[in-house]
Amino acid sequence: MAKYLIPLVLFMVLVVFLAIGLKRDPHEVPSPLINKAAPAFSLPQLKDPSRTFSAAEMRGKVWVLNVWASWCITCRDEHPLLIEYAKSGAVPIYGLNYKDKREDALAWLGDLGDPYVLSAADEDGRVAIDYGVYGAPETYVIDQAGTIRFKQIGPVTPDVWSKEILPLVQELNRQGNR
Amino acid sequence: MKRALFVFLLVFLFAGFTAAKDAPPTSGEDPAVEKRLQTLSKELRCLVCQNETLADSQAGLAEDLRREVREQIKAGKTDQEIISFLTQRYGQFILYRPQVTPTTYLLWFGPFVLLIGGLVILFRYIRQRRDSITEKPLTNEESRRASELLASTSGEQKA
Repeated sequence: MAKYLIPLVLFMVLVVFLAIGLKRDPHEVPSPLINKAAPAFSLPQLKDPSRTFSAAEMRGKVWVLNVWASWCITCRDEHPLLIEYAKSGAVPIYGLNYKDKREDALAWLGDLGDPYVLSAADEDGRVAIDYGVYGAPETYVIDQAGTIRFKQIGPVTPDVWSKEILPLVQELNRQGNR
Repeated sequence: MKRALFVFLLVFLFAGFTAAKDAPPTSGEDPAVEKRLQTLSKELRCLVCQNETLADSQAGLAEDLRREVREQIKAGKTDQEIISFLTQRYGQFILYRPQVTPTTYLLWFGPFVLLIGGLVILFRYIRQRRDSITEKPLTNEESRRASELLASTSGEQKA
């Protein structure tokens, strides 16, 4: 009996492995930046290029950095949700405008609304390389100490927001206030 | 006529080949730097189109990463430094040949473990089969019965 059971069990294990493999998105590469310090940057602000925005300014706050571009189609799908989340005031959302033309980016925000406290303009995509960006939109949750605690590759969905980002932000704020 | 056309096409084909070979990678760049960039970026995966190397990919990110690698080569960084720069940002996934670390043991050695396991099972199976078909000499009692049976059947046939 065992003679027939062993191959069957091995086969089932293989099936489970393959089933898990099928369901995973190969484009979601685990980021090595989780729990590492968010790379420092200082970039001109999109709306007022004479002023800069640097990650260091956000020390002591929990914040969300969202990588977006006007040429990015999925960003357009994500956008109404970001506006909704920004209105809720749960966490400040900052934008990293990735490899975009300034006028296109401004027109995009004008048409669709602006969920960002401000957007930093990363025109040549160098800061994005530091953040390991390979497919906009990407979203980072950064804690008070400037550590990346969460990264979403691809659009933030209501599920991700309510089950991952929001609880994490609340937890981080609770820890910070203690 | 057909032959002339064939020769013409052949010449055309090879002309294309040589032209492609002679074309400089990018004009105005130091050929030594470009050569290192080429060899290095063949080892690197483009994260946008994951089955292409950084050398082949036309994706925007691949261009940016090639620019980054080119600048680092010019700045005198070693290949090892450049690769660790990229893996710190994008993880081991960017390497087509991931380093041997505890997390990649399964990837590197799994196939060999499976091969050895398969061979062990195969040999055990073969030996088992061989054992089960070894000839056993008949006991005295059995050979007596056998000859008795043979005698009786041959007797019946005669009758």
